[in-house]
Order: sequence, then C-alpha cells, then structure tokens
Amino acid sequence: MRPELRLPALSRRGFLGLTAAAALAGCAAPGSTSAGGPPRPGGRLRAAFSGGGAAEVLDPQDSDLYVEIARAKALFDKLADFGSDMSPVPRLAERWEPSAELTTWRITLRQAAFHDGRPLRAADVLASYARITEPGSSRRAKSTLSVIDLPNSREIDDRTVEFRLQRPYGEFPNALAALGAYILPGGTADFDRPIGTGPFRFASFEPGRTFLAVRNPDHWDGAPLLDELEIVVTNDEAARVNALLGGQVEYAHDLTPTSARTYESSGQVQVHRLPLSNFHGLAMKVDRPPFDRPELRQALFHLVDREELVRSVFQGSGQVCNDVYGKGYRYYADALPQRRQDLDRARALVRQAGAEGMTIGFDTSDASTGLKEAALAISDQAKEIGLHLEVRLGNKDTYWSDIAGNGVLAGYRSGGMPLESHFSQRLLTTSTTNNTRWRRPEFDARYHEAQSTTDEARRAELYREMQETLFHEGGFLWWGVSDWIVASAPGVHGIDDRAPANTLDWARFDKVWLA
Amino acid sequence: MTIPRYLARRVLLGAVQTLLVVVGVFALTEALPGDAAVMIAGDNPDPAIIAALRERLGLDEPAWQRLGEWLVAALHGDLGRSLVGPRSVVDIIASAAGPTLLLAALTLALLVPLSVGLGVLSARREGSRLDRLVTGTTLSLYSAPEFAMGVLVVTVFAVQLRWFPPTAVGTSLLSNPAVLVLPVFVLLLRPICSLSRLIRAGMIDAQRSGYVHHVRRLGLSPVRVHFAHALPNAAAPAIQQLARTTDWLIGGVIVVEAIFVVPGLGTTLAEAVAARDLPVIQGLAVVFATATVLVNLAADIAARVLSPTAEVGR
Repeated sequence: MRPELRLPALSRRGFLGLTAAAALAGCAAPGSTSAGGPPRPGGRLRAAFSGGGAAEVLDPQDSDLYVEIARAKALFDKLADFGSDMSPVPRLAERWEPSAELTTWRITLRQAAFHDGRPLRAADVLASYARITEPGSSRRAKSTLSVIDLPNSREIDDRTVEFRLQRPYGEFPNALAALGAYILPGGTADFDRPIGTGPFRFASFEPGRTFLAVRNPDHWDGAPLLDELEIVVTNDEAARVNALLGGQVEYAHDLTPTSARTYESSGQVQVHRLPLSNFHGLAMKVDRPPFDRPELRQALFHLVDREELVRSVFQGSGQVCNDVYGKGYRYYADALPQRRQDLDRARALVRQAGAEGMTIGFDTSDASTGLKEAALAISDQAKEIGLHLEVRLGNKDTYWSDIAGNGVLAGYRSGGMPLESHFSQRLLTTSTTNNTRWRRPEFDARYHEAQSTTDEARRAELYREMQETLFHEGGFLWWGVSDWIVASAPGVHGIDDRAPANTLDWARFDKVWLA
Repeated sequence: MTIPRYLARRVLLGAVQTLLVVVGVFALTEALPGDAAVMIAGDNPDPAIIAALRERLGLDEPAWQRLGEWLVAALHGDLGRSLVGPRSVVDIIASAAGPTLLLAALTLALLVPLSVGLGVLSARREGSRLDRLVTGTTLSLYSAPEFAMGVLVVTVFAVQLRWFPPTAVGTSLLSNPAVLVLPVFVLLLRPICSLSRLIRAGMIDAQRSGYVHHVRRLGLSPVRVHFAHALPNAAAPAIQQLARTTDWLIGGVIVVEAIFVVPGLGTTLAEAVAARDLPVIQGLAVVFATATVLVNLAADIAARVLSPTAEVGR
C-alpha cells in the first residue's frame, strides 16, 4: 500500500480488527458459488498476500498481519470466530452457557484433535489463554482476555472449561473470537513445526516468502477439498496482480479498485468485493477546543458529502455510512435517519459554535489507503462553510500512535469488530485507545449494564441508545465503509463474497476448490 | 607509494569509513519517528503494550548505551537479533544475500562483455550510422528509470506475451531460472548504457593519442591496437564506474527486487526500516559499507595496474 519507488508495504496490523467469523449457524458452506459443478477435491492453491518479510512469525497468538492471520487460521482454531455480521460463531467451543449473573461461563469443547493425534482438552485451552495473558506479553488478545480470572477458572473435565470473569460480560464469546486467541497444545513454546487443530497441517515455512500446508483429513469441520495450500508473499500490489495474470498464483489478496476494474472486465480474473470490511472516518477529540463544542462536531456531521467520498476515494467499491460504527453488523442502529450533506445547517452550526473562519489542523498520512485522499476532499468541502481544515501529512509508520494523544482532528479507519468491542476498546473512560477522548460516565454505565443483562432485547435497546448519543454528539464521524478486494483465477470456487475482511469466511481456504 | 603500503592505508581507511557509516546509520534510524515498539503496536497503540514492548526489546535504555553494546558485540561477530521477529540478524542477511548476489553476479557477468563490445564497436565506427544508433538508444534508455522499465517489461513479456514469469514469487531463483530473465534484463539496461558510453569515449581518446598512433605505425594489427593498447587505458574510468555499478547492485536494487518479488537485501532493508528493526538495519549497513569499500578498493587497484600513469584516488 505504500509508496514511492514501490517499497514493500508493510501493512503491519491485522487490523483493528478482531477477527473473523463465519456466518451464523446454518449459513451454508461459504461460497455464493458460481458455476463450476459440485465441489471437487484435489490440487494446490497458491495465494499471494502482502507480508512483513523476515519478521513474520508462525506463532498464531502473535499474528498481526493479514498474511499471518491467514496462515494461523489454516493451522489453528479458536474457540469462536466472527460471522459476517460480527456475531460470534462457535468453533472449537461446541456451546457456551453463562451463569445467571454472567460472571461464570461454561464452555463445552468439540471433539477435535491436534495434528499429532493428541485430543483437544480443557487444559490446552487454559494453557493457551495463560500464555496470551502472561506478564510482559504484548499479544493482541491480552487486553480482551484479561477479563478472565484465570487462577479461579478451571477444567471441569477434559472437554469442559469453566471461566470465572472479573465482571459480568454478556458478550463474552466475542473475547473467545478475538484476534490471536488461538488454541495451542498445552506447553507449546516453539513454532518451527507448529501443531494445531486447523484444517491444514504444517509442511514448510520461510518468513516473508512462502508457506506450505497440506490437508488435514481429520479436521473436525470436515477435511478441506484442497490437497495443499501455499501462501506466498509480495508487498507490491502490481506484482500480486501480475502473478495472478501470469498463472503463478490462483488467489491475490488486497487489490486496488483500479486493478479490480481493469482486469474484471477482461474476464481474466474473478473479483470478489468483500463488503463491510473497512470503516473510514474522522476522529475529533471531544475533550479540547475546538471540538469540545458539540455544535462544531455536528457542523462536520452535516458538512461531509458521503456519496462523493465513496465515489472518489473508494472508486465505488464501498458504501456510505451514517456516522456510527458497524453498519451491517449485529446491534447496528439502522433506524437512525441517513445523514446527508446540508451546507446551510453546517454553516449555521459553525456560526453557533463561534468558529467562523477558524483554522483547524487536520492530521492524515499514508498509513492506510484513501486516508489522505479523504482528508483533502473533506478539507475542500469545509471551505464552503467557512472552515479552514489545514491538512497535515504525518509519518505513515507512526501515525496511529501519533494521533492517539495529539491533535484535534484526524483521519481514521477501522477493520471490522463487534459493536461491543468498538465501544470497549475506544469509547469507555478506561479504553486504552480512546482516540476521541470520549469519556462519559453515563455511557460507561450503559455499556456495563448491557454486559450485565441476559435480556437480549434490553441489550439491543441499550446499544441503540448509546449509538444515538454518538450519532448526535460523538467524536467519530464514520462516513463510509469500503470493500476488501481479492481476486482469483477463473477455476477457483468456494470463496465467500460476503465475508468482511478478518471474519471467519475471509481467507478461508478449507472450503475452496479448484475446477 | 608501493602497492602493499597503499593497500594497508586503504584497508585502515575502509575500516574507519565502515565504522562511520554504521554510527551514522544508527543515528539516522534513531532520528526516525517511532521505534520498533510503536511499529509493532501498529494501529493498536495501547500505551501499556508499547511500554512492555520497549522494556522487553531493551529500547528503554539510552541510545549511546545500545550503540555501544551493539558495537562491542559486532566486533565479536554477533550482529544481534531482529527486534520484530524471532531470527538472528546474521541468519536474515544470509538468506537475503543469496538472491541479491545471484542477480548481481549474473548482471555483471553479462554487463562487462556487452558494454565493452558495444563501446569498442561504436568507437571504431565513430560517427557512423551504427554509432549514432547506439548513442541514441543508450542515451534514451539511460534516462528511463528501472521502475518504469520494470513495469513495461513485465506487461509486455510476461503478462501479454507470456514468454517469462512475471515475478519470482513462491519459487527459488535457482530451481526456476526463467524468473531471472526479466530482472537481469532490467538491471542490465542502464549500466550497459553508462559503461558503453564511457568505453566509447575512452577508446576515441585513446585512438587519437600519440601512443596509439605510434603502435599503429609499428604495424600492429588493428585488433591488437584496440584490445591490447587502447582498451586498457579506456577501461580505467570504466572500471571506476563498474565499481559504482557493483555497489548499486549489491545495495539490493530495491526497485527491481520489489517489482519482481525477489526476496533480497534491498527488500530486507526496506522492511527493516519500516519496522524500525535497528539490529537488522545496522547489520545491513555493515554489509553494504564493507562491500562498497572493498569493491572500490579493487577498482582503484585494477585501474592503477591497467593505467599506471593515471592518478589514482587514495
């Protein structure tokens, strides 16, 4: 994604995203499959991803890049994963039952086996979570799983785990699906020849170059159709497309809308636009001038021309959003009226906020595709209401850390995650990446009430209220959600076209076949 | 100055130069915004996680102390471990050096005969249509950046004509030599232009010089005049240029490696800088600096031997 001279683009960050998941129970085998007859076993699929060079690891609990997550899900499983609407789907957990007060959760494990034949046991689950949360660990799932009181959690029998939590947590299965929360055989310390319960078995790995895995005939979810899966790495988007066109790979991850349009029409490749993958927005810091004035935040809400941004920045590969996070996901408040640009109203609000003619620094960078383009377009739109948004291009490598504490207005993006995670990671007083400095005791209280209730309708109601507050006064302005674009050779079938990036059915190769 | 004394001076100088490069690279990397901990945290910049990472990676120590420890270890041949991955720096560099060295060696092996032949040919027919054609072509090719040539060559010869594979992705260079064709072709284009131009100019000067007129008058065959007498003098500046070309090749040829997905030193350097992986950057700086010093030393000595009258840089 980066750069001049086509330096490899480390997209180090699997994404804000937690992970992924499969469709709700019963959602058929992935694949709004095109023609190609019945699924056929056999063959090797070669898939090209961008990567991280020599720094790449096979430790699934440390996986961070998309390519690392794709490899991790080939070799390992989590207790749960996210479906296409970000609701948790049971994986190694066959079912979960909370106690009445939602502080104890009993998980029944599936009958599954590791690649070396050992059965999956409750002790493996406890050991895996202990490894993630051990002192000094910087593993991504650590903050999510630290809600578990591990010393007081226990194995009831080989296939039953009882988790004791620090607080009531009605959406605890989201934590089981967190990015990196993979289950390893107890005592695993090195990953030279990793062993998991996943659909493929490890064959070989060279960091930054290539990874080979072979079918696990004994996978609990059914053996994959492919004999072999090879994942190769190239950071250059043009090289991924060329490798696909030249027949060197059958699957290319992360294409630009321009490439997609160019080659799609020629019929040389199949293009898959995975919807609801990447939310784009603005982060306004509500704890300091000038955005401590709600009128000015509302002025921006009425300023932004969402359709125009989707057209120009996503080149049509995406949809407009309505300022709150999570369009299309479970609990999303889709009853809120869709906002559109209203310059008169925006002008009036700017006046009300006493901000006419004001110059405001607007941070952006090349840290993510489209970030800079969106900032320039929004700054143009702002001129019409008498605001001067001064676009400042920051360092792309340190951008997310730079804007966490500094500045007042910044371009922002987020991968998919459940609304609950979005709230808890970014919008609570205690959130560690609260980039809008949204700190409201009553908002925190609603979140905690939502986690303490077993009443599904009550939880939905609380989430609706929280989103309404954010819609009117929040510091985030989510203007659009882009598709994630992958392409495949004509003979590849079984790729799910509906799964957002990082969900269960994204980069899921155990249901793919070659015709 | 005698050759051995000259050599000793240059080696000493080279060691000092390498040290300066390494310290300079360290300082520059330190000056970049962010460190490996910030890079690893990425878009999840939880301050507690960043602090834990800094402590684990030793990034909380003062810079001079880290540099000192690194230098002491490096003198003992230990270049340390990557900050962001599990591998040692030596291991990373060793595996990336293979593809780059292979590309560089192949390019050089083809470059020298081709550019000498082309340069001598156009010098012998100075002003002819052939000379003008060669001059025109080399000048225009020389101004085309590798990036543009690479994209063009892949589009035409790989994607459209399908003569050669478009990238080296997922295969080793040796087991599938066809993947080498296009990268070497792109790597050759510009150095051929500059070297053959230099050889041509040198040959024309030499042909007009007194000593060549003299050996001609002695009745030596034109071939001997050209290759035994004119060429060595003409080659001296070309060898200096060849040294620079070699630096450039060993330096990874980042662009070509990226376009053709060759996992070499250039790619490794770009990734290490993006990850602020200081030990890897430092290790590569040592490799590049040493290679530059050695190649230039060899070129100076060769030029001195070929053309003893020419003043040699020291």
